[in-house]
Amino acid sequence: MHSVVPLMLMEIDLDRGVCRLQRRDDLRDKIGGSSLAAALYREYGLPGEDAFAPGQPLIFTIGPLTGYFPLMNKVVLGFKSPYSNDYVETHAGGRLALALRFSGLAALVIRGDAPHPVYLTIGERHFACKDAGHLWGMDGSATARIIRGNEPRGRGQRSILRIGAAGENLVKYACINVDTFRHFGRLGAGAVMGSKKLKAVMISGDRSYALPHGDKSYSKLYRKIYQRITESGSMAKYHDLGTPVNVLVLNGLHALPTLNLSATTFAEAERISGEYFADKLLLRQVACSGCPVGCIHIGLLREKFGPGHDYYYKQVSYDHEPIFAMGSMLGVAPGEAVMLLLEEAERWGLDVISCGVALAWATEARAAGLIGDEQTIFPLAFGQVEAYRRAIAAIATRTNEFYRLLGEGTAAAAARYGGSEFACVLGQEMAGYATGPVFFVSQALGFRYSHLDSAGYQLDQQKTPGLQEALDHLEREERQRLMLTSMVACLFARNIYDRQTVADALCVTGYADLAENLEERFSSLQRERWRLKKESGYDPGAVSIPKRFQEVRTLQGKLDAEFMEKLRLAYGAKIAGY
Amino acid sequence: MAKVLKAVAMERCIGCYSCMFACARMVHAALSWSRSGIRVRSRGGLTAGFEANYCLACPKPACAAVCPSGALRERRGGGVRYRRELCLRCGDCAHACPVSAIELDGETGEPVLCLHCGHCVPFCPHGCLAMVEKEHAERRQPARPLLE
Repeated sequence: MHSVVPLMLMEIDLDRGVCRLQRRDDLRDKIGGSSLAAALYREYGLPGEDAFAPGQPLIFTIGPLTGYFPLMNKVVLGFKSPYSNDYVETHAGGRLALALRFSGLAALVIRGDAPHPVYLTIGERHFACKDAGHLWGMDGSATARIIRGNEPRGRGQRSILRIGAAGENLVKYACINVDTFRHFGRLGAGAVMGSKKLKAVMISGDRSYALPHGDKSYSKLYRKIYQRITESGSMAKYHDLGTPVNVLVLNGLHALPTLNLSATTFAEAERISGEYFADKLLLRQVACSGCPVGCIHIGLLREKFGPGHDYYYKQVSYDHEPIFAMGSMLGVAPGEAVMLLLEEAERWGLDVISCGVALAWATEARAAGLIGDEQTIFPLAFGQVEAYRRAIAAIATRTNEFYRLLGEGTAAAAARYGGSEFACVLGQEMAGYATGPVFFVSQALGFRYSHLDSAGYQLDQQKTPGLQEALDHLEREERQRLMLTSMVACLFARNIYDRQTVADALCVTGYADLAENLEERFSSLQRERWRLKKESGYDPGAVSIPKRFQEVRTLQGKLDAEFMEKLRLAYGAKIAGY
Repeated sequence: MAKVLKAVAMERCIGCYSCMFACARMVHAALSWSRSGIRVRSRGGLTAGFEANYCLACPKPACAAVCPSGALRERRGGGVRYRRELCLRCGDCAHACPVSAIELDGETGEPVLCLHCGHCVPFCPHGCLAMVEKEHAERRQPARPLLE
């Protein structure tokens, strides 16, 4: 007989290496994902304290529909960012969501600082906090290989999170690698793990759940959604070329950030395009657990390392964002060269977007004479792959004062050396869409400083959106996306999971009460989440948009700087009023 | 002639586990990735690809031969039939299977194995799975000469 899965929370105290399980059905109305993480941060977080304070939690959450329906399998990580010094989220796929589900957990809260490097193994009937002295300093891939070899539980179905040296060295945009090809990429979650001396977390579980009451209606809805995903064709692009399909599209629209956003078309765009990668480098696609789409594109990196025919190869995942950051933004082509830089950022455990955009700023700053070889050590210049490769390692290892500052973020380095006007920072290093003012404002002020917060680029495709229209769009789109990330749906499925479908899915899985008044419910949760962010240090009035964003030609042609400034002030005021 | 399940193209597998969830949902009325007759796993990290473990429909099924209570019987066309009400939950079948395709449910102790019903097949988005006649399932590609 089906009863709704209890909302189980595992709280881990790294100081003592122990865990505590709690049943928290009282949080049921927070639903899951983004909304649940915010509620738990309110309970466990230290909004006024430093991001590296030992008591700060890393909060991982899934949603009520995770496992029950396809593409409901992402994980939200809520934490105080050492980069932006406020409460943020980062999301990841892979196997983690289902590993949590089949471990019986809806949320995982990790607090405290371990006295020495440790890794955790968590799951159904299992918890251990183990010494990771032998793993400290290793890259994420080697770390996972050793854990897989030594931990027998859940072989072939488990999830392993790990950090590289950048996280250990507290680089403010160090990422957490999830299952080799996915990441909690942005805003420095890897550095928070590093500050806690937590090298890795392995999660495995094999719990089974009885199906919902009257499982015919559940199975029927499952089949309907599954067919819509696999047969409608709307998801095919994500599997075929994947997100890099955007490279040529954006390039054709004058919206591909290029050479530190001094341009929006890239002469070499063809050779870093989704088509190029698919034809020349694609090995195969893989999927997050529970997703029949398979959007994760794995490319072949083949490099000659000796005389004659000595080659090694690696498998590297690629997407639009990493390609723009290490490709057009740095003037690097073809795809093979981009792959070398992606692999380098992966090896050290850096967020590839921030890393690429930071190096683009450094390149322009060097050309402008603001910094020289004394700072950069390597001759950073657009297109110089080897110099960039070495610089990536220098950021991760904090080689000198310049690279230490660059590891604090582009704006931090620009504040010291000059060049703030061309630092491509919108809350954090920009995402790969130079579409126009609505996108620039939406990322700069957005909850997780991401193009995914409220899809401003959609509105930029209209010629002249009005101010009120833009404001309404940002608020409405963010609320809709908050609903999806609270479930926790993949945003690629945003057209599959409309409000009615989400309500139907909640009803057949025993959450009919939550399916009522979704609009009002998420309107309230939206405000709650913003209030939390503001209490943790976020000031919408303090957000600025560097001059470079006003100067560049975008999809809209010459950007209307006056409109952008009005929108920045108005959206900031709206957030301030929540 | 009844057909049997065959993983005909696992090199195409993307690791979505939709087949396992279909089996769990439609055969075992469960949300599970262990209560499934077919078990897809990565082979040492995601870089190594995926393998499927399931009943290979042996000509003389060892699991049925060791079953002391008649719960497992050879199925015409290949594989075995399982009658839950006759099962002692002794686990002998799982030990006898030469490819470890039978798992014992952690909660009930019952064997979880592929019944060759084919419910999983339409849920594979890449045609990795097919229902084939047993003879076809056993037919092997002749080895190609190294040099032609």
